[in-house]
Amino acid sequence: MNELYNNPIGHWVVVIVAITALLFVVLTATAYTVWFERVALGRIQRRPGPNRVGPFGLLQLAADGVKLAFKESFVPADTDKVLFVIAPTIAVAAAFLSWAVIPIGLWYNVQYWIADLNIGILLIFAFSSLNVYAIVLGGYASNNKYSMLGGLRSAAQLISYEMALGLSLVPTFMIVGSLRLRDIAEYSVSWGWYNGPIPLILLTPLGFVIYLIAATAETNRAPFDLPEAEQELIGGFLTEYSGLKFVMYYLAEYVNMITVSALAAILFFGGWNLWFVPPVLAFFIKVVLFLFLYIWLRGTFPRLRYDMLMRLGWKVLLPLAIVNVIVTGFILVATQGL
Amino acid sequence: MPDENDSKQPEHPTPLRRPGEPVPPKPEGAHPSVIGDVAALAGGLKTTLSEFFKPVVTTEYPEDKTVRSERYRGRHYLRRYDNGLERCIGCELCAAACPVGCILVIAAENTEEKRVSPGERYAKTYEINMLRCIFCGYCEDACPVQAIVLGPEYELSDTSREKFIFTKEKLLEPLPPDVEARLTAKPASAPHPSPLPEGERGKPTP
Repeated sequence: MNELYNNPIGHWVVVIVAITALLFVVLTATAYTVWFERVALGRIQRRPGPNRVGPFGLLQLAADGVKLAFKESFVPADTDKVLFVIAPTIAVAAAFLSWAVIPIGLWYNVQYWIADLNIGILLIFAFSSLNVYAIVLGGYASNNKYSMLGGLRSAAQLISYEMALGLSLVPTFMIVGSLRLRDIAEYSVSWGWYNGPIPLILLTPLGFVIYLIAATAETNRAPFDLPEAEQELIGGFLTEYSGLKFVMYYLAEYVNMITVSALAAILFFGGWNLWFVPPVLAFFIKVVLFLFLYIWLRGTFPRLRYDMLMRLGWKVLLPLAIVNVIVTGFILVATQGL
Repeated sequence: MPDENDSKQPEHPTPLRRPGEPVPPKPEGAHPSVIGDVAALAGGLKTTLSEFFKPVVTTEYPEDKTVRSERYRGRHYLRRYDNGLERCIGCELCAAACPVGCILVIAAENTEEKRVSPGERYAKTYEINMLRCIFCGYCEDACPVQAIVLGPEYELSDTSREKFIFTKEKLLEPLPPDVEARLTAKPASAPHPSPLPEGERGKPTP
């Protein structure tokens, strides 16, 4: 394996096979996240959720996919035809690119990741910022008032929460001293008799809470789904999209949801470390629990009003995140010295 | 006098403040507190999670069906007497009572050779347009010989408009046994109680 990997052609073969496998895994995971969400939301409302197609409705997404693929991909009159097509492509590309640097696990010396960048988390932030282009361009290109409003809301919301999101993770980097996701996941301490990995949530609990709220807003999930807001904006930026272009936005939303769940597991819960549980399985369990949390939030809370959203972002989360950075800095200096 | 009326008027729930009037203080306990708000959010999450673990209440329709009333008004049936004669006497009262005009009755005379119903006439053609029918049951009420009844079947969907014109052959299909048993147990056409007092009955209405 090592010889094949060190060979220049073999290297590319290995990487392309790995990318294909990862794409397959993420797409499958996305499909079953949608199924999981529909079933979990159904149970919260005491209905069974999809249960007609296949056992437990597990093939529902295949049926939905085929239906959407055969739908007319309608482009309204007087739209910006190029941007109208490019916008959903950006959404789905940005969503999948993040997975290039997310480490899924390390098991018997086999590394389950594509690239182990030393600036992994910055790359993910860069790609997640691209998502705002997808929504704003989609809203602008649709030539529709509702789409435009959805795009504008999205721009304001993402700018407001991106800062809190970034700042909420700064204490983590200060403690670990690295932006490499693998280092953060494997962060260990030696406190007296205990010597081993610890979940970083114990060291930055406030950072975790801010991350959780800001990440929900970043992925446009309820209760922060103002850009979509089907009750007020009849779907927001999605209003004019149908067929495969709609699928791309839909896919991107759920891939982003899995991405933030995976990041929460890596950044605050020790990634693939969980007692004796096999690493990849441990990672999977953590991601599923976070996905359930996001679904649970959607099933519980009503959407925030626009001014509440802005107030929460700028007057609560951002100052809290800054205080968190400063306090963490003081504590680090006090315990470890300059 | 006008002053008395004004004082009797109920106080508006949120009376308008006059210019110069001070802002009333907030009622006790209405002050926002972060802990209270977070507790409220947690309470909401607890409610939805407890619902999550309760059994689902959905009836899985094609497999399970809810119990319907005995008097449910589904598709129509034309009844026969025990000796095989049709009850319908072709009087067209059902068609007259029908608010949407979905019943077509064409009557013909009974003869000694061909006796279809006990009366003078019988329904040569009896058709109900089920696409128009609103299942009000007025035809059942109007029928003097209880020939037409509404049965319990409600799954009437089909693939063409023509199939929704229920002809006499289809309507004369035997009723479900439980419905037939209930109808025969009922006393035959009990007169409606008159709303008029004893002496007034039978007089022509002005």
